Amino acid sequence: MAESHETSVTNGQTPGDSQWPLWEVFLQPPKGEAHEHAGSVHAVSAEQALQNARDVYARRGEAVSIWVVPSASITASTPEDMGPFFDPGNDKPYRHPQFYKVPRGVRVF
Amino acid sequence: MTNPTVHPAAPSEDPAKTAEFEARIARGESIEPKDWMPERYRKQLIRMMSQHAHSEIVGMLPEGNWITRAPSLRRKMSLIAKVQDEAGHGLYIYCGTETLGVSRQDLIQALLNGTAKYSSIFNYPTLTWADIGCIGWFVDGAAIVNQTMLAKASYGPYARAMVRICKEENFHKRQGYEIVTTLAQGTPEQRAMAQDAVNRWWWPSLMMFGPPDTASSNSEELIKWGVKKKSNDELRQRFVNLTVGQAKAIDLTLPDPALSYDEKTENWAFGPIDWDEFWRVVKGDGPCNRERLAARNDAHDAGAWVRVAAAAHAAKQQALSSEAA
Repeated sequence: MAESHETSVTNGQTPGDSQWPLWEVFLQPPKGEAHEHAGSVHAVSAEQALQNARDVYARRGEAVSIWVVPSASITASTPEDMGPFFDPGNDKPYRHPQFYKVPRGVRVF
Repeated sequence: MTNPTVHPAAPSEDPAKTAEFEARIARGESIEPKDWMPERYRKQLIRMMSQHAHSEIVGMLPEGNWITRAPSLRRKMSLIAKVQDEAGHGLYIYCGTETLGVSRQDLIQALLNGTAKYSSIFNYPTLTWADIGCIGWFVDGAAIVNQTMLAKASYGPYARAMVRICKEENFHKRQGYEIVTTLAQGTPEQRAMAQDAVNRWWWPSLMMFGPPDTASSNSEELIKWGVKKKSNDELRQRFVNLTVGQAKAIDLTLPDPALSYDEKTENWAFGPIDWDEFWRVVKGDGPCNRERLAARNDAHDAGAWVRVAAAAHAAKQQALSSEAA
């Protein structure tokens, strides 16, 4: 093992240690399903993030594809937005099949 | 639009907000990182989740100890895979904890400088190969009981990490039980070794579920807020009920003369736990507390070159690609 150039500091923090950026991990399972969020990893580069994601989240063949995205790049809706942002979709029952009446006994699909 | 993993500063506690929060919990809704939550909920979860993550990482030590001495290739492969899983489990939970607004660096520092707690079970030494079997059987067995409940915790990232962990934990318990079974059905020396390990690991495993309900200061709040769904004693009883039959099946005796089946409650009643030992070990005076902390610090220091090299490699790749551009 190569000798460390850093001397051991009693609080356990090596000079030059810094927290690596955070990446969100998305795994695509076999059988054509969509990528799903699995969690996050810290890594210093995209390549390392992919390797870390594979080692942490895919030890049992759970993924045929992995995406890693810097957490800072994700734009998300906020809980405060919830009402007005999603509201237009919440009161339109005519977007659902149950809204429509069909004669009894007729199979529609 | 805000960064999904950084929580905005919580406003001073508003009784209306707290009431709405508790109504959400009562409706069985999942609390997510950017949702408003009482400061105390956040603190309790940071405490619970970070202790859980630290436990996974420290738990790698007593088992890692036996990798080079596993009696066969099959046992060695399984043990390495199990220890890798524990590292992964720790990482899932650290990531979940960070969503509550605490940095990985602070979490690691707290572990390394001894201020953070982790499950006391890992402060016991693994003296023989049979201990490795008992850890899988009892310790992972107890963890499964606890984690199955936590998979329904109100905090989304914690619950989801638990679901992921539960899937992987089953092999850990079977691996352990298979080891103990093999020894129990082996030579008289192997049987004796298995029985000795059972004698040493049984009571500390029962202590994994925490203090009795009457003495658990955190439980009431955690149950009110849907983080825990069952009490320490309920989970402990469930573990005992599951395990008694497993011991009988391989003719090993659990070291408790008071164990007896109660027909009415359908529970296995068990003897008194030595809570003095529990508190002593929690407070830092167990057989291996100092050794575990020293091992973690050594690992952190010895691994510094890896962190430095990774950063240097990435910087070099970055420089090369901007030169080429």
